[in-house]
Amino acid sequence: MKKGYFGAFGGQFVPELLMPPLLELEEAMERILPSKEFQDELASELRHFVGRPTALTFCPNLSRDLGVKLWLKREDLAHGGAHKVNNTIGQALLTKKLGKTKLLAETGAGQHGVATALAAARFGLQCVIYMGALDVERQSLNVRRMKLFGAEVVPVESGTKTLKDAINAALRAWIAEQETTHYCFGTAAGPHPFPLLVRELQAVISREARIQMLDQAGKLPDYVVACVGGGSNAIGAFHEFVPDASVKLIGVEAAGSGKPGDWHSAPLSLAGSPGVLHGMHTQLIQTPEGQILPSHSIAPGLDYPGVGPEHAAYQASGRAQYVSVTDDVALDAFVTLSRNEGIMPALESSHALGWVLKNAKDMQPGSDVVVCLSGRGDKDLDIVNDYLAGKA
Amino acid sequence: MSTNILTKRISDARAKGRLGLIPFLPAGYPDKARFWAEIDQLDEAGADIIEIGMPFSDPVADGPVVEHASLKCLDAGVNLAWILGELASRKGRYKAGLVLMGYLNPVLQYGLDRFARDASSAGVHGIILADVPFEESGPIRTAFDPQGLVLIPLVGLNTTPVRMDLYAKDGRGFAYFVSVLGTTGVQSGFDTGLPATIRAGLAQAKAAFSIPVALGFGLKHPDQLKALDGLVDAAVFGSALIRHIDAGGDSKGFMQVWK
Ligand SMILES: Cc1ncc(COP(=O)(O)O)c(C=O)c1O
Repeated sequence: MKKGYFGAFGGQFVPELLMPPLLELEEAMERILPSKEFQDELASELRHFVGRPTALTFCPNLSRDLGVKLWLKREDLAHGGAHKVNNTIGQALLTKKLGKTKLLAETGAGQHGVATALAAARFGLQCVIYMGALDVERQSLNVRRMKLFGAEVVPVESGTKTLKDAINAALRAWIAEQETTHYCFGTAAGPHPFPLLVRELQAVISREARIQMLDQAGKLPDYVVACVGGGSNAIGAFHEFVPDASVKLIGVEAAGSGKPGDWHSAPLSLAGSPGVLHGMHTQLIQTPEGQILPSHSIAPGLDYPGVGPEHAAYQASGRAQYVSVTDDVALDAFVTLSRNEGIMPALESSHALGWVLKNAKDMQPGSDVVVCLSGRGDKDLDIVNDYLAGKA
Repeated sequence: MSTNILTKRISDARAKGRLGLIPFLPAGYPDKARFWAEIDQLDEAGADIIEIGMPFSDPVADGPVVEHASLKCLDAGVNLAWILGELASRKGRYKAGLVLMGYLNPVLQYGLDRFARDASSAGVHGIILADVPFEESGPIRTAFDPQGLVLIPLVGLNTTPVRMDLYAKDGRGFAYFVSVLGTTGVQSGFDTGLPATIRAGLAQAKAAFSIPVALGFGLKHPDQLKALDGLVDAAVFGSALIRHIDAGGDSKGFMQVWK
């Protein structure tokens, strides 16, 4: 297989000016990441700063209702409230080893921005976060959190003023600042080596979950289900289970409102086609002429018109299935989990959960289903309250 | 082997004792009708090569001026079929060499082979794809080669000698040297004097490439050209031309100042 590719997907479609830092990062990833010193430091950070291992929680009440055994991999309990920190701590550590002094990152909902900012604070790095101007307005709480951690937040006014434009802006900034700065990419997407690097750092989710299932259930799960934005929590939740052929891997994308003609964020399961964006060849939501279309989801962290290349490859090979659920299904799941199990999921994670609530009836009764609960829902309370008010 | 026409346009300019002039304008700017009048003016005013931008929704190598102009063209309905169709209907009209510059995805969706055929038969000589580094260029060159269409190499201040040689090995047309570590139009790499870093980078590029080297990104006023004399073969102006048009000028007036 060609370097940096997953089947037909991946690659390094960037201006030549970005090749030197990408090659530098690739070299560092191959040399530093596997070293005992790095792995020991990372393990220590994950344990004492992030709070890993995160719990695998059995849901007794919903399991009774659904007829399947529902387990949650609790990334909502990781520091910062989402899986994003697994990646940022690893990349911040790598940045220190590279001798660089500054992190820059894109963020959509602000979760990756917050996770980058807190990692920068911990490791004494400067931090600049690019965020679409619309998202800055929509996610003001996270903007305040980032600033408290000492990050500078730059609103991006170009294009659709959302995540995809924030990535463009961050890539542009990286061209100019590559000597002193590491681009802490937020998901398992973008140009090689990011999809690989982020997957390596997120694989801790499935490494833990596999051991926990064997320990707590005495068997492997029948399903592992995760939401897919760029695809980092999903690839992290899938990775260790990929060789276990009996484990069905389900990636849940965001279908948006579900109304015909409305934007969605589901390039794999709804209307995507192969193309090149943000340095990678992958499935994209685009016009027949190759212009990238706006995306939409009620879950800000899923609102992206592309997807990581390894997911595109797993879909092509059939190793994982990709499906989607609408905003409504996710919102109902948010409320259902809160009321029945006392756990408030992020709207992103609610998509994965919503798919299970909807489809449990078609599963073999008694199946063990692990849902990656990628984050906690406090950040989404305004959106959910508006929805409930509208429904009442 | 006959000399590539882009190479020849620049050598002809050099033979006249000046730098090759390569204006850039996004296709359909400032509007679809006036665009072709501007291209006519650029050609008549002596542009050696004309670079036409193929607009893309996510132009990561471009600064705000070019991005804004490109998005405006997209809104006006500019696409590859329009650009190539209009060029085909004007084939043979331009003295200047013709280069299309843009990003891979629209070209990929049009179809690499179909694009190569249609561009070549519309009189286009070369293509710049800002998001295709050497590593990803194989399939593209395979599609372009049979049509005699050239993929112009883009290199910059941080391109190592080893990578410069990769591009130089089968580089054709001309090489495009990006004068700043940044995007189009944002920072001018220099004012009148040329910083040592750019000087060194250009010297390295000149040594590596047997084809002419053009310098672009951040050129703002004609005085900068003097500083380049002897170091490069041609200069590209993008954002400066867009700004000139935005300020009410036309291409003829723009070229007079630079020539
Ligand atoms: C809680 C949560 N889950 C999921 C995602 C989606 O990202 P990814 O697909 O990379 O896991 C985000 C992104 O912000 C998030 O905040």
